[in-house]
Amino acid sequence: MEKKKFKMKRTNASQAPVPVRRKGLMRRWFSGIPLLGWFSGILVAVLLEHFLGDALTEVLGLPKIPVLFGFVTMLKKPALMPGSLVFIVLVYLIPVAVTARLGASAANAVAARLIRRSVGLSAGIHLLLLYACLHIWADVSAYRVLTLKLTLIAVMLTLSLNVINGYMGEFSCSHPGFMAVGAYVCSVFTVGLFVNDRIFGQALLPPFLAPYFFPVALILGGSAAAAAALFVAIPSFRTRGDYLAIISLAFMFIVKSVIENLEIIGGPRGLGSQPDLAGLPAVFVWTVLCVWIINNFVRSTLGKALNAVRDDELAAEAMTVNTRRTKMTAFLFAAFWAGVAGGLFAHVLRYVNPGTFGIQRLAEVLAMVYFGGLNSVYGSILGAVGLNLLGEALRPLELFKWILIPLLLILVMIFRPKGLIAFKEFDPKRVLMPRFRSE
Amino acid sequence: MVFFFQNMINALQWGSFYALIALGYSMVYSILMLFNFAHGDIFMVGAYIGFGVSTGILALTAGGAIALPNWLILVLTILFSMVLTSFVGMLVERIGYRPLRDAPRASAAITGLMIGIILETGNLALLGARRVSFPSLIQTATYNFGGVYVTNKKIMIVVVSLVLMLALDQFIRRTKWGMAIRAMAFDYLAVPLMGVSINTIARMTFAIGSALAAVAGILFGTAYPVLDPYMGVLFGWKAFVAAILGGRGSIMGACLAGFLLGFIEIFVAMIFPSTLRDLIAYSIIMLILTFRPHGFFGEPYSARLRL
Repeated sequence: MEKKKFKMKRTNASQAPVPVRRKGLMRRWFSGIPLLGWFSGILVAVLLEHFLGDALTEVLGLPKIPVLFGFVTMLKKPALMPGSLVFIVLVYLIPVAVTARLGASAANAVAARLIRRSVGLSAGIHLLLLYACLHIWADVSAYRVLTLKLTLIAVMLTLSLNVINGYMGEFSCSHPGFMAVGAYVCSVFTVGLFVNDRIFGQALLPPFLAPYFFPVALILGGSAAAAAALFVAIPSFRTRGDYLAIISLAFMFIVKSVIENLEIIGGPRGLGSQPDLAGLPAVFVWTVLCVWIINNFVRSTLGKALNAVRDDELAAEAMTVNTRRTKMTAFLFAAFWAGVAGGLFAHVLRYVNPGTFGIQRLAEVLAMVYFGGLNSVYGSILGAVGLNLLGEALRPLELFKWILIPLLLILVMIFRPKGLIAFKEFDPKRVLMPRFRSE
Repeated sequence: MVFFFQNMINALQWGSFYALIALGYSMVYSILMLFNFAHGDIFMVGAYIGFGVSTGILALTAGGAIALPNWLILVLTILFSMVLTSFVGMLVERIGYRPLRDAPRASAAITGLMIGIILETGNLALLGARRVSFPSLIQTATYNFGGVYVTNKKIMIVVVSLVLMLALDQFIRRTKWGMAIRAMAFDYLAVPLMGVSINTIARMTFAIGSALAAVAGILFGTAYPVLDPYMGVLFGWKAFVAAILGGRGSIMGACLAGFLLGFIEIFVAMIFPSTLRDLIAYSIIMLILTFRPHGFFGEPYSARLRL
């Protein structure tokens, strides 16, 4: 507080002219490229890898296409480092940069026309492009597909936890519990209806109907999680802060314990043989839906009420914010998306057990929220994608991965206590706009 | 009745572990309004340090360098480990908590969690993925009090932890340092203006809490002599629950809640199938917090949220 005042005084006293800072070469080179340009660049790179990757790996002496941007290969076999680096530069960096730069004016024109036509159309085309990139990228190996799916699910989880912990400012520890409820309800629904199982008996419906019922199952799982969230939402009327943290923690343990004791859904052994419904398109569509709806929610009046409750509950109440309804909505809403994420998670792995939804998962989700940034959609996406990919990339380090990643998080917390991109609004319209080159 | 008393003894023993760990949480919380989520792992580190110290002294005795009776070795182990573990606690405070004192409280919680993971993994990397067994320093002797069997270890554990709790209580109430701690818990903005260094007090509370956790670790090691790097996780979270249940920064509350948690767990396991232990224990805690949201001895207050 005092520091700030002091600084302000000093700047007022000495009206030093701000020197004109020339932007760096990279900055100048890459300004004025719209999102459309970047996406098309990535598409070119991914296509290159898809068609020429194998030939290039043979030339460079690599055993196969580096799965995760060469990190894993480089850490496993340092001798392959030059080859992997050349591969990354040739296949990813140069094509993306060149396409984005050369196509910038065309991309700008297209982006401008699209956004003038309608924002929805523009967003749809961007998403289609993004999906094409991801699909072609992931097509190379099954490992990439799995990593991508789990990352997208992590984005959903992180974003929904951010609604409670970031936007509403409570410290809720119950997210693994909501996720478990969603995963189990969704799995029981699909396994019971579409799989010949020794617990649930014969399949009730023919399997070709399964993809149509999958959204129903997910919504059912989400709703069950939202209903379970009442156990945490109602106590939240009376207590805040640490006591709510304990109640939510207790809730998580209770959910885990209940599942462990229900023999009919497998008990501690877990529940398997879910039908293979969560393909990449399904996970992608649900993630996009989740990001879109949560972003609209937090930018609405109701979402702003969350911030009001966080900053000062009494003042918010005085300003006609219905705090009870706000808290209730936030908890149920976040729990719904956690449940949907849990259902997708169960169908991606096609096996769940209660041990998955314990303290470790909680630490993971909390770390993603606070690493990425509170109160921001960008932050959640960055946190989930960053920590997930980092975890996969550092896998060859085995044990030391669990020293490096926590160390990184501690550093982030010390230097940016609110996370990397905190308190930033995500406005799709501005993201899709054409960019003009700055000099 | 015999059955009841037998379980009572077990519950007292189990509860004293929880209570000793909960004290560390509670003290740090009362002063900094932050939770030291690495505390459960400090308990683990304390147990391992105790293991190292006792095997070291035993090796010296076996080599003929010094001749000590076993009970003296145990006392020395406890004292040395308390000192060493308190250094670990101070290090945790310096690295993870001092830079974050004015940050949002949740950020400090994250650093605590991460320091905990580093401690676990560091232990795995140093000692490998095998369980070590704590050397048995005292012979188990069983006494029969009218059908209730009590071992000397159980008596020692309960007595030592009760003595430590009393000592801490007296320290907080009677000494100048204790007064500084109480004052800091009352208002941590005004007290530094009166010439009490918040850094010193914070360091001291971390040191005391860690020393108590180390004692808990060694006592745990004498009762259940198998140590593994993840033993602190469950104990830590349960002691955290006990600290909250006791009320903000209340020493009495933390001890009572720790013992209560021990009682609940032991008696639930006695009456119901033991798989229901967590379910019933946490349901009771949720019920208690619903009707008494600020714990046993905490005064109703609105948490000073700094987010």
